[in-house]
Amino acid sequence: MNAPVVSSRMNLPVAGNASSGNALELRGITKMFGALAAISDVTLSVKPGERRAVLGSNGAGKTTLFNCITGDFLPTAGLVRFFGEDVTVFPPHERIRRGLRRTYQISSLFTGLSVMDNVYLACCGVSRNRFSLVRPRLDDALVHAAQILVDAVHLTDDKDRLVGELAYGQQRQLEVALALSGAPRFVLFDEPAAGLSPTERADLVTILTSLPAHIGFIIIEHDMDVALRVAESVTMMHNGRIFKEGRSDEIESDPEVQELYLGGGHAHH
Amino acid sequence: MSVADQAPRFAGPVDQRMWSERIPAPWWILGLILLLLPIVANNFWLFQIMGWTFILGMIGLSLMFLAGYGGMVSLLQMSIAGMAGYMVAILGPSGAANVSLGLSWWIVLPAAFLIAALFATISGALAVRTDGIYTIMITLAIAAAFFYFTRQNYSVFNGYSGFNLVLPPQVFGVNWRDPLPFYYLTLACASLCYGAVVYLARAPFGLALQGVRDNPRRMAALGFNVTAHRVAAYALTSVFASTGGILLVWQNAQIAPGTIGISSAIDVLVVAVVGGIRRPLGPFIGAFIYVLLQVFSTDILGFFGFSADRFKLIIGIGFLAIVLFSPDGVLGLWDRWRARVVARKGATTGAGA
Repeated sequence: MNAPVVSSRMNLPVAGNASSGNALELRGITKMFGALAAISDVTLSVKPGERRAVLGSNGAGKTTLFNCITGDFLPTAGLVRFFGEDVTVFPPHERIRRGLRRTYQISSLFTGLSVMDNVYLACCGVSRNRFSLVRPRLDDALVHAAQILVDAVHLTDDKDRLVGELAYGQQRQLEVALALSGAPRFVLFDEPAAGLSPTERADLVTILTSLPAHIGFIIIEHDMDVALRVAESVTMMHNGRIFKEGRSDEIESDPEVQELYLGGGHAHH
Repeated sequence: MSVADQAPRFAGPVDQRMWSERIPAPWWILGLILLLLPIVANNFWLFQIMGWTFILGMIGLSLMFLAGYGGMVSLLQMSIAGMAGYMVAILGPSGAANVSLGLSWWIVLPAAFLIAALFATISGALAVRTDGIYTIMITLAIAAAFFYFTRQNYSVFNGYSGFNLVLPPQVFGVNWRDPLPFYYLTLACASLCYGAVVYLARAPFGLALQGVRDNPRRMAALGFNVTAHRVAAYALTSVFASTGGILLVWQNAQIAPGTIGISSAIDVLVVAVVGGIRRPLGPFIGAFIYVLLQVFSTDILGFFGFSADRFKLIIGIGFLAIVLFSPDGVLGLWDRWRARVVARKGATTGAGA
């Protein structure tokens, strides 16, 4: 890995080279739960820095797809490539150390720790410091990195509060911060806007659009407003299969899509 | 359970206060009492009661670190302590001159810690693939296997009779087995181990271990190798267990399979649970209660006309009561009592204002 460089947009370190080829490539991914195919034959590729929205109704297999990408589940069949490397059978932590990150649909935080501690822990996980027996000093690089992330998700004023005491929306913002620790190259956001108020949604869109340009992501989002504002391309899933792919504006105006997911295009406003 | 429940509020991993400012007043008083105890206490109290309390407390502390911070209840800690103790007897001088190698203490002690750590790491690697009750079962199985092995192996472990006359080295010309030096030796070791656990709980390794306990899947998604972290915890706790184990051998001047039997393995768990398994102080309180009961139960039981070997009955009833009424041990009782006092005080001052 190269030495971290600070990018101009949000102050996050940059890792690796902006390699040619795809950031993420899935080929023929199938995941069976017993006789039930949660996803079948999903083939998908995302370029470095590309922002992709995955849409689809409940049970379409979106979160299962994420779990196959991160290694929480091993796919029954298929291939996962991350920046050209075949990571299909890698354990999750090996994929994370290569720059993959994710957030969870239901916040998965350490509620008994402060905001700073949560983010600090995330920063340790992708550094060599994870086994350190020495407490960090105030000028520690990881503490500094954690501070930058806390600022980036607008939680500066609450950094010393216990996560269990935070408002729901703030916990969602913290989820995003944990996924940006270290030097992320590609992030999977699992419904980051679920349950947020309109103001909080606007805040989230600001955070996502101000991510450094080299960080690509896939976002699962039911709110078309959020999804289409942060993503330039869209993959639609239905019953575990890819149903349609295209640019955001094409998908938005596609009559078939409107019929299926937008209730004729009027209901969601 | 959550990550910070042992350490009541703490602002971030970085604490800017001086180390002396972080220690609350009651600790200074306790430290002073322990340091000055030899003025009032006789040799029996110093050597038998307090010495044994500190030793048992350190072995219990190693379990507390694994169980309280790592969520792994291990019955292996007495075996790890016993392994270190056995190594001191085997590698150093002892009464069984035909088996013991009689090496110098400065080779023996590091080797004992190292071999015990190796034993803990290998056993831990087996145990961490299981959860909950299965961890207890597999560590119990290893402890039982080690017990029977030491009893049947004569070439290395000297079988049933074990080793006698295992004495601490005369470093600095002090006989460390004299009550006063032994008291200060065990006090110093116990304080160091206690301090180390308190410190490590907030270091990246300790924080991550507590994260692994609360949410292993999330920790993996943050880049942590959950299995490696758990195995490393076993290796680390072997240091506390080994310290206790070596001091135990010196205190008794002997080690035999009986020292590391199944009942001793379970006693460590009882000690930690009775005191409070979620905080480093718990095992020491549990050990103090256990030692007092064991030493004085003869008199108490005799008073009621029971045989002295029924002391396990008292401990068993006490254990049952603690588990039923205060799952977080004696320390939990103390916390609740204090919370009630504070609440009452708050109510009276509120009414007065």
